[in-house]
Amino acid sequence: MHFPILTSLVALPVAGATLLLLVRGDEERTAPLVRNIALIVSLLVFAETLLLWSQFHAASGDFQFVERHAWIPAFGIEYYVGVDGISLLLLVLTGFLTPLALLSSWESVHTQTRAFCVFILLLESAMMGVFISLDLFLFYIFWDAMLVPMYFLIGIWGYERRVYAAIKFILYTMAGSVLMLLAILGLAYMHYTATGAYSFDLLKLYEMPIELHTQFWFFLAFALAFAIKVPLFPFHTWLPDAHVEAPTAGSVILAGVMLKMGTYGLVRFAFPLFPEAASYFAPALAVLAVIGIIYGALVAMVQPDMKKLVAYSSVSHLGFVVLGIAAMNTQGVSGAVYQMLSHGISTGGLFLIVGMLSDRRHTRLISEYGGLKKVMPHLVAAFLIVTLASIGLPGLNGFVGEFLILLGAFRWEPRLAAVAATGLVLSATYMLWLFQRVNYGPVTNEKNANLPDLRPREWLVIVPIIAVAILMGVLPNLFLRPIEPSVERMLNHFHRGTSSRIQASVKPSALSPQPFVVEPTP
Amino acid sequence: MSGSLNAIVPMACVTAAGIAAMVAEAFRDPGERMPIAGLGFVGLLGAAFGTFLLWGHNATSFGVVSADNFGLFVTGTLIVVGLLSLGISGPTIERERLPGGEYYALMLFATAAMMLMATATDLLVIFLALEVMSLAVYVLTGIRRDSPASSEAAFKYFLLGAFASAFFLYGIAFTYGLTGSTRLDRIGTVIASQAAAPTPMLYLALGLIIVGFGFKVAAVPFHMWTPDAYEGAPPAVTAFMSTGVKAAAFAAFVRVFLSAFEPLRGNWSEVIWVLAAATMIVGTVVGVTQSNVKRMLAYSSIGHGGYLLVALVSGNDFGKGAVLFYLLTYAITNIGAFGVIALLETADRPNDQVGDYAGLWNERPGLAALMTIFLLSLGGFPPMAGFIAKWYVFSAAVKAGYTGLAIIGVLTSVVSVFFYLRIVVMMYMTPTDTPVQFPKVPLMAGAALVVSAILIFYLGILPTRVLDLAAASIASIF
Repeated sequence: MHFPILTSLVALPVAGATLLLLVRGDEERTAPLVRNIALIVSLLVFAETLLLWSQFHAASGDFQFVERHAWIPAFGIEYYVGVDGISLLLLVLTGFLTPLALLSSWESVHTQTRAFCVFILLLESAMMGVFISLDLFLFYIFWDAMLVPMYFLIGIWGYERRVYAAIKFILYTMAGSVLMLLAILGLAYMHYTATGAYSFDLLKLYEMPIELHTQFWFFLAFALAFAIKVPLFPFHTWLPDAHVEAPTAGSVILAGVMLKMGTYGLVRFAFPLFPEAASYFAPALAVLAVIGIIYGALVAMVQPDMKKLVAYSSVSHLGFVVLGIAAMNTQGVSGAVYQMLSHGISTGGLFLIVGMLSDRRHTRLISEYGGLKKVMPHLVAAFLIVTLASIGLPGLNGFVGEFLILLGAFRWEPRLAAVAATGLVLSATYMLWLFQRVNYGPVTNEKNANLPDLRPREWLVIVPIIAVAILMGVLPNLFLRPIEPSVERMLNHFHRGTSSRIQASVKPSALSPQPFVVEPTP
Repeated sequence: MSGSLNAIVPMACVTAAGIAAMVAEAFRDPGERMPIAGLGFVGLLGAAFGTFLLWGHNATSFGVVSADNFGLFVTGTLIVVGLLSLGISGPTIERERLPGGEYYALMLFATAAMMLMATATDLLVIFLALEVMSLAVYVLTGIRRDSPASSEAAFKYFLLGAFASAFFLYGIAFTYGLTGSTRLDRIGTVIASQAAAPTPMLYLALGLIIVGFGFKVAAVPFHMWTPDAYEGAPPAVTAFMSTGVKAAAFAAFVRVFLSAFEPLRGNWSEVIWVLAAATMIVGTVVGVTQSNVKRMLAYSSIGHGGYLLVALVSGNDFGKGAVLFYLLTYAITNIGAFGVIALLETADRPNDQVGDYAGLWNERPGLAALMTIFLLSLGGFPPMAGFIAKWYVFSAAVKAGYTGLAIIGVLTSVVSVFFYLRIVVMMYMTPTDTPVQFPKVPLMAGAALVVSAILIFYLGILPTRVLDLAAASIASIF
């Protein structure tokens, strides 16, 4: 029997959290020990995800490392996990960002350190669980369980309006997901009426023909849950609050990983489970996505608060991801998956930098800064690279994903792609303007004159982010190689489902998968 | 075999323990400490052993008590309720200087009556059990004789309860008039033959019995007594009655409606549908506005009654199994939550306002963590038992085609999360300069709460065994 590596991704953080609970002693004395244990556990998990990547057969689009055990047999519920190209790199991303999140709060979190580390590890475990679940019931459990640690992270260690933000976050996401639970139950029951056995097995449910009318309702239930999570305009109002009030580590994980669960859910569940309904609603989703791209960018532009600006930029960037998914062709979906990773890196990086600034000055207002370039050149250099990555400068990570998405969207619906492309210009505007106001010009505020530059711990946080950003920009094929076979497989399944009845909305060119190779950009 | 006494062994054990507790109290010198709770433990463990032996044998006694697996599952739930309630009662008795023997004896008699109610197959026996149980619980509610709130609660509960019992008895009388029997199986046979053309009298009987049960399970609009009684009673008693009474009443409700009145399903299902929807909505929405934790949890338990009604009205195999599983998880969780409230009470003040919980995490991190587990389970978060229970109920509703109820159910459960989290916010996220002085946690009560928490995780993560038991319990009889 193989080592159950996927299970260990879920179990290891929980074990780490349990270990932390056993640490006795008063806060002052145990805090360093607790932080180190948590960091080591999260690094082990990251190492495991890398091991997973190295052993993954990139050429195959199938699920790998599959583990399957009966769990609640009377209802056909299984512990069924596996990973394919779409989820593989999201696991690596989760593994990558968690230690950075812990490191970023090394000093800024100084109350209840143990509980903080416990919640971060529990959150990591649940996030891993979401990405590996191939049983809808299991998926929902992780999906819902994930909310609790995040709620505590925002509510206990957040900024001034943390309680409001935490409750808004949890209620919004729950309200969206409970209807999905009913749709999941409905699916299992339909499987029962069709075959005589309940099943929450995703792969079986993929193959189950669903009546058109039912598909529509179920798709809406799933899409609502995911649209709130993404968040898609107009379901985004929880996001600025949650992001702004969360501690840096919370923002990094929220923006870096949790938002991706919405788009991941669309790719993994909503679209392939209900292909006909999905292609019916895809244009509507795409229009909302494009509105989100433009709206998010415009609102970001006028924010006085750096964190809020980055939060709205996420609305804009995630709009691209949804647009790529709605296009449902190889370029669009591969680009979307790529952009999920890339956004995790660049926005994670931005939140880390904003966190470093606010650790120093205890304010996130742009107007409080200015001229930082002279004061802390290294931090500003890192800021610049991350900013450019977020804008999508060729040679950095942001470019590849957005380019592919726009290409895919153009082949599907040129008008939407054209409007979406203006979002790139807008993102350059708000990000560069932010950068200019914070870093250039004279030092206008006395308090900024003697701020320390990057500390060793902060080097440790920001260098990996920059390295990955450059790597993803220069060698995109390294990352696209495992993604594409799985995307192809999903698309084949999807178009098989739609071609039977709804032909019109999918153009023939999108039906035949075409080889697509991205040349490394110099 | 109707001559056998086997079927009443569990309740006999508990009754014997109750009598022993009374005797012990009589011989106790004032001020002397006596481990009377230990008698209760022994009796309940004896009952548990009896239940274990009876499992699968379908024993009956006197033709009116049937220890089928359904009844035994509920009996098992009641044993858990009894054990945990005994566990958390110690501090209350100490602090309030309550007569221990009386308190435990009443609790044990009530438990025995609940067991009888869960296993009775005759309307009159159900009524008797209901009365024995109710009387004991009325007295327990008012057991703090020097507390006006407690007396008021007991009096309200008693008046309304007596009123509802009258409705129930009228319903039985009409049913007897129509069918010539009070035995459930015979009623079922007669009603099946009349089901095609029900007479107005039958509707009347049905309606009256629904009112009687509706009162005991605190279904809206018969829930008015609940917040007052739950608030006025000592929290340990509230823990006991909010779970035990509900479990016993639901067991009888399910048994009567899904066996004797099953042929009339078309006539009562819509009524229960409305009751279920109203109960879920009122329970959660009014719960949001409460500032007293006990009242909040009282409305929460009304809301949970609504979910149980959803399972009941679904009426399919899932629904019946869901009633059993839900009762068990709800009992464990709610006793846990009220147990924490009981432990926070001091002699001078009840500490039951939401604001009193501010900073609990700093003062008593263990209690705060336990309370969080209970509240999150009540709110239906995985991997706690509450999630599996709700999921089971909603699967039953979806399977029975009650999608509307299921949608109301999931949305109200989101609303309920709001007020559960209010307490969590207080405990963890509200710093306070003047923390309330919380008493020390006695070992036994703490252990009972820890056991509850462990059971919650067990039922939430590895529910298979108990789910199978629940499914097997309903397979044999309905």
